[in-house]
Amino acid sequence: MTDEHSMTLDCSGLLCPLPVYKAGIALGRMGPGETLELICTDPGSLEDIPAMARQRGDDLLSASGDAARQVFVLRKGGGA
Amino acid sequence: MTPRRLALVASQGTLDRAYPSLILATTAASMGWEAGVFFTFHGLDIIHRERHRRLKVPAVGNPAGPVSVPTLVGAIPGATAAATRMMQRWMGRAGMPPVPEMLEMARGLGTRLLACSTTMGVMGVAEDDLLPGCEIAGAAAFLDYAAGADVQLFT
Repeated sequence: MTDEHSMTLDCSGLLCPLPVYKAGIALGRMGPGETLELICTDPGSLEDIPAMARQRGDDLLSASGDAARQVFVLRKGGGA
Repeated sequence: MTPRRLALVASQGTLDRAYPSLILATTAASMGWEAGVFFTFHGLDIIHRERHRRLKVPAVGNPAGPVSVPTLVGAIPGATAAATRMMQRWMGRAGMPPVPEMLEMARGLGTRLLACSTTMGVMGVAEDDLLPGCEIAGAAAFLDYAAGADVQLFT
């Protein structure tokens, strides 16, 4: 857990739909503008997490890694 | 902003057919969408109070299933149980929640579980036989819901 993000969620080893499910719940509990660092290892997350951010109206601040492990930083939007 | 809406039809009550609907509904709801699943014919087993815990993977007519055997061999007692156990093991090993937990997740996010009223009549299923919180809907009510959906899928 790093101090620069409001929350870190480690979804290592989890397959779809669990990373999106857990991230959705975490973001739902956060306030607008707070940031979530999300760690995933499902290759599907490469596309799923950006798609989730688009659909929820959150900002994807950064995405790094490869199919084996990815780190995303999301900023909660004003909506959902 | 009006949220997007997903409307699914779940017409098959096997373990391997239950997961796709529940995964899609849970994902949609996690993204802030409205989600509703219309459980019809054998799909009604997925929200049946007892049967949802015992969904099976058919060994017959399921060539890509975990126990891939010719139809005649698949008719041997125990083939379906073996296929079911194998899929449950796969899902468990992958960390996928079992169906009852997937239903809890979906309901916790506000997914509407719509039970087909005709199926209930045909198969003698009472409202008390369904999981709490299910709604009863006919085809017109579901189509009315689906007409307002952005994504409609038959799973």
